[in-house]
Amino acid sequence: MSDQDNLITARNLSVTFQIGKGLFNKASLKAVDNVTLDIPKGSFFGLVGESGSGKTTLGRAFLKAVPITGGTATYSDDEVTYDLGTLAGRELRDYRKRAQLIFQDPYAALSPRMTVRDIIAEPLEVMGLTKTRAETDQRVREIAAKCRLNLEHLRRFPHAFSGGQRQRISIARALVSDPKFVVADESVAALDVSIQADVLNLLKDLQRELGLTFMFISHDLSVVAHTCDHVAVMYLGRLVETAPTRQLFEAPRHPYTKALFSAIPSLDPDDTGRAQRLVGEIPSPTNQPTGCKFHTRCPHATEQCKREEPQLEHADGPGHEVSCHRWRELMSEPA
Amino acid sequence: MSKLIDVQNLTLQFRTDEGLITAVDDVSFSIDRGEVMGLVGESGSGKSVTAKALMHLNAGNAIYAPESRIILHTDQGEVDVLSLKKQSDLKLVRGGAISMIFQEPMASFAPALSIGKQMVEQLQLHSDMSKARAKEISIEMLDRVGISDASKRFDQYAFELSGGMRQRAMIAMALSTKPKLLIADEPTTALDVTIQAQVIDLMKDLVGEFGMGIIFITHDLGVVAQTADKVSVMYLGRLIEEGPVREVIRTPAHPYTQGLLAALPKLEDLDSPLTPVPGDIPSPLERPPGCVFHTRCPKVIGDICRRTLPHAIDVAKGHSAACHLHEEAKGAA
Repeated sequence: MSDQDNLITARNLSVTFQIGKGLFNKASLKAVDNVTLDIPKGSFFGLVGESGSGKTTLGRAFLKAVPITGGTATYSDDEVTYDLGTLAGRELRDYRKRAQLIFQDPYAALSPRMTVRDIIAEPLEVMGLTKTRAETDQRVREIAAKCRLNLEHLRRFPHAFSGGQRQRISIARALVSDPKFVVADESVAALDVSIQADVLNLLKDLQRELGLTFMFISHDLSVVAHTCDHVAVMYLGRLVETAPTRQLFEAPRHPYTKALFSAIPSLDPDDTGRAQRLVGEIPSPTNQPTGCKFHTRCPHATEQCKREEPQLEHADGPGHEVSCHRWRELMSEPA
Repeated sequence: MSKLIDVQNLTLQFRTDEGLITAVDDVSFSIDRGEVMGLVGESGSGKSVTAKALMHLNAGNAIYAPESRIILHTDQGEVDVLSLKKQSDLKLVRGGAISMIFQEPMASFAPALSIGKQMVEQLQLHSDMSKARAKEISIEMLDRVGISDASKRFDQYAFELSGGMRQRAMIAMALSTKPKLLIADEPTTALDVTIQAQVIDLMKDLVGEFGMGIIFITHDLGVVAQTADKVSVMYLGRLIEEGPVREVIRTPAHPYTQGLLAALPKLEDLDSPLTPVPGDIPSPLERPPGCVFHTRCPKVIGDICRRTLPHAIDVAKGHSAACHLHEEAKGAA
């Protein structure tokens, strides 16, 4: 795939936060560490990992909401190409229209004192995208209809709506500026299962209809499996495995990905899946293990894993990359 | 197996500025010793309120209908939970015979007291043991739930522990008084999947060891399948289906339970589309007449659903559903 087919291209991208204020207790926290990935245009790209894996920070880096401290990230659509590391001024304001975020919690994301119409219209007014009130109203009604909101509800306040309806309002607000790239950060995590499927279907439909590129951040593998075309798995700021969804779910190669699968509680009461349980928890990002970051919890770790950090390499399928010293040997073991 | 707790015709309303809200409507169930019951439903279905009623823990604006009964069977005889008034009597159901684990462990530990201090405090409240003995038991319990270095953790504060550790400490604290019934309100929802799996394994081991009954409140049917012996499904305050876990998950009888299962993304079949339950759960202020689910039900059979409240009907042994579809089937047979 040539670079022109990718909307977002990241090369050795790192995000490091400075923590501690004193002269002597300065420490740094590497939230995203040397990540290289491509998000193809028009794809539904999934990013999974536990809390503390850096998935939210990576999403924010692509939105230029946290400073990029190493490597490069490039945004490139049919009209413009921006280097996200140095983007500023008028170009940055233009990028804000092209890249948008849908938040996790629809209860916290909407101002309780604004009507639904004002909430959806606010980005248009802030970015100066419409000239008259009539034009704004027109845009708001269009996008609200696309997000399956009842137009009579535009005059109400958010408290009158259920979680699913609020999330549809958040989606309308994110899409009103006609973005090309949307980061959805745990956008269905706070919803009930019965509603979750509805919001996921809506996101998929909007993506097809509006030609959007989605980066879908989630900790829920089964949700990602059903919505995304391509999935990347993160652990402690590193990309450990990336593959087309079907390939990843049929033939996971990294021990961490396998462990994530086996941790999903099965609907079959007789299938307890205890075999692949991970012990311990994700280490603190301020005090990261040497070598392979996963070696402290990996059931297959060797001396080499403790010393040398594995690099992302091609695995056995097209577009499938894995960062593990032993993935070839482990292939013969039952997943 | 002997009975542990009996809930009969529990109806509970809240007095609010907007009027009376019915949170729980004529719910009955019972739990035996050593039995794990999964209580499933979406937000607003009344599952947490039901659980809190067992500890008589609902706010002052709660009104229990006169026919509501909650009977706790203890070694000393039967206790009518809803008739308890005095603080000293309520201790029995608040941390004594019944303990609760909450969803967000960070919010349930006091931030300014060490974990150990809180554990000792509650042990001393519920028994007349010495401080030294209480500390001994607390450290033993922390060790038992898989917290390494338990004597060091005993002196730490909640913010010093990770999410999984905090939830383990919460479980240790709830179990240290040796309750007969443990209420776990979404205990794994705030945790990562790998940690959730560890906590579920731990709880299963502890049931075997302590032999207490558990009410496991969750919206995750996968978690229920992995932990519970039987399941009760709630919708808008009504118990709409109950039965053994294998039966309910493999052959759900109520259209709502069927919808919940169909809405779950399944890893075995990536191509099947996701089927949401249509519409939203109605506001508790506008409870639909007739069957509470009829506004979203794809299988409405006619005016009977819109007018008449369906009653629980046995579809198999120990498996019942409150749906007119089954009444029809029964009537025809």
